[in-house]
Amino acid sequence: MTVHVMTPEEVTKKVINKEELFILDVRNESDFQDWKIEGANFQYLNVPYFELLDGVEEILSKFPADKDILVVCAKEGSSVMVAEMLSEAGLTVSYLQGGMKAWSEYLEPVKVADLKDGGELYQFVRIGKGCLSYMIISNGEAAIIDATRMADVYVDFAESKKAVVTHVFDTHLHADHISGGRMIAEKTKATYWLPPKDAEEVVFSYEPLEDGNEVMVGRTPIRIHAMYSPGHTIGSTSFVVDDQFLMTGDILFIDSIGRPDLAGKAEDWVGDLRETLYTRYKELSEELVVLPAHFMIIDELNEDGSVSEKLGVLYAKNHGLNVADEAAFRKLVTENLPPQPNAYQEIRKTNMGKTTPDTEQQREMEIGPNRCAVR
Amino acid sequence: MENMTVNVQLDAKGLACPMPIVKTKKAMKDLEPGQVIEVQATDKGSKADMKAWAESTGHQYLGTIEEGDVLKHYLRKSSEEEAVERKHPNVIDNKGLEKKLQENNSLVVLDVRETAEYAFNHIPSAISIPLGKLEERMNELSKEAEIYVVCRTGSRSDLAAQKLTENGFERVINVVPGMSEWTGETESIE
Repeated sequence: MTVHVMTPEEVTKKVINKEELFILDVRNESDFQDWKIEGANFQYLNVPYFELLDGVEEILSKFPADKDILVVCAKEGSSVMVAEMLSEAGLTVSYLQGGMKAWSEYLEPVKVADLKDGGELYQFVRIGKGCLSYMIISNGEAAIIDATRMADVYVDFAESKKAVVTHVFDTHLHADHISGGRMIAEKTKATYWLPPKDAEEVVFSYEPLEDGNEVMVGRTPIRIHAMYSPGHTIGSTSFVVDDQFLMTGDILFIDSIGRPDLAGKAEDWVGDLRETLYTRYKELSEELVVLPAHFMIIDELNEDGSVSEKLGVLYAKNHGLNVADEAAFRKLVTENLPPQPNAYQEIRKTNMGKTTPDTEQQREMEIGPNRCAVR
Repeated sequence: MENMTVNVQLDAKGLACPMPIVKTKKAMKDLEPGQVIEVQATDKGSKADMKAWAESTGHQYLGTIEEGDVLKHYLRKSSEEEAVERKHPNVIDNKGLEKKLQENNSLVVLDVRETAEYAFNHIPSAISIPLGKLEERMNELSKEAEIYVVCRTGSRSDLAAQKLTENGFERVINVVPGMSEWTGETESIE
């Protein structure tokens, strides 16, 4: 039987549509435990490829007869080998094109809304890593928020919509992924905005993003209103877009809240985080639709694959917004935190422009889940 | 720093996963138990995989040295040494040696494992003479000194202790079990 190839895009469709899939992950056990392809109806078997070098007979009985089988490894090579062995043994299987590296890099553009004056808002779901970025398009112009390092995806997408990228924003200095903001700005001659309090050490020029800044996109303007909202980082800034959407960066997620410790200042920033979540956001309309920079678990995806929820609903349901006691809140966001994102300090340095690792090194640095939240 | 002697060198540079492991597995077949292989690879993922593969197959993963883009992995083929009955009568356990070292750090500790094993993990003051070289290098040691002989599990050091005794060394003590369970201070080139 022939071995099939499944692309990250095809796997993403299965995640969004909650389809069934049987994944044989042939990476070593610790890598699998740390990070894998998540799907509501996915089943898993983890057997490292190096235990299958002498044959796959021992695992043949573990595959269901009625499900698609996908073999996954780090970069593709081992999954091709194992898929071929399984195929020779009579099974119909696919391998994941590009492996977990490609999975980590795949971006699924999902349209979130049509904006008031003919504009459009897209969310780019980085399904493998849980990062969310945004593009606002209006009348031939585009603005991008919290871009990943896959700069071409955004530039090409804007082009396909016949829009020129005019503004690029980062809500904060990211610690879990390498920002594509600067590169996109360089390619498109757009203005790159960063909160100055997060950018004290950056070695390139940028436009300081400050509380109350308003930026227009398109001739029929879509308003992007910056709102200072420290806590995850000291400079963290949120945006109110088109009076309908609240982009919260890494401050507030759907089922969790931002962690204040990734720049080494958890204790100092707890107060800011609480102030932002319990006072500043509270003063906003409950009708605003929250668009965060991350999701943690696949359950946070809506039916169409997007990640969003009304602020009012989050105030009712998100545990992190409902810790009345200040001491308990402090404990929640400073103790028993999940492990820090892989290479987060190197990633911060890269985002400051202090180091310029090559693409392969950047891939290695970003391996794994984002881990920016506290539940 | 140390000169590491290896029995086989394997070039897996430029090869992507799974090839470094596939080639290592093949090369390992031709090694004698206890011999050491150096695998040169450029695939960054090979480090974690070598380690996990060695653990699953019973070979010893000694360590990895990075030289520019090249990762040099050191592995030792599994041997049945644990099963051998020990004969040298004079022994001390790890804790005992650790205590003695705290009292007197000029004790003579002789590490008879392969140089690559020594390189990645050894007692700071230990002298390295692999068991296979002991015969010819015995003259580097003083016959009057108290010599604590250590290896990974106590078997090679037992053979070394017997050999030293046969050659007129009178105060030879075998350390049991040795480096596999050593919790005291260590040094490494990593």
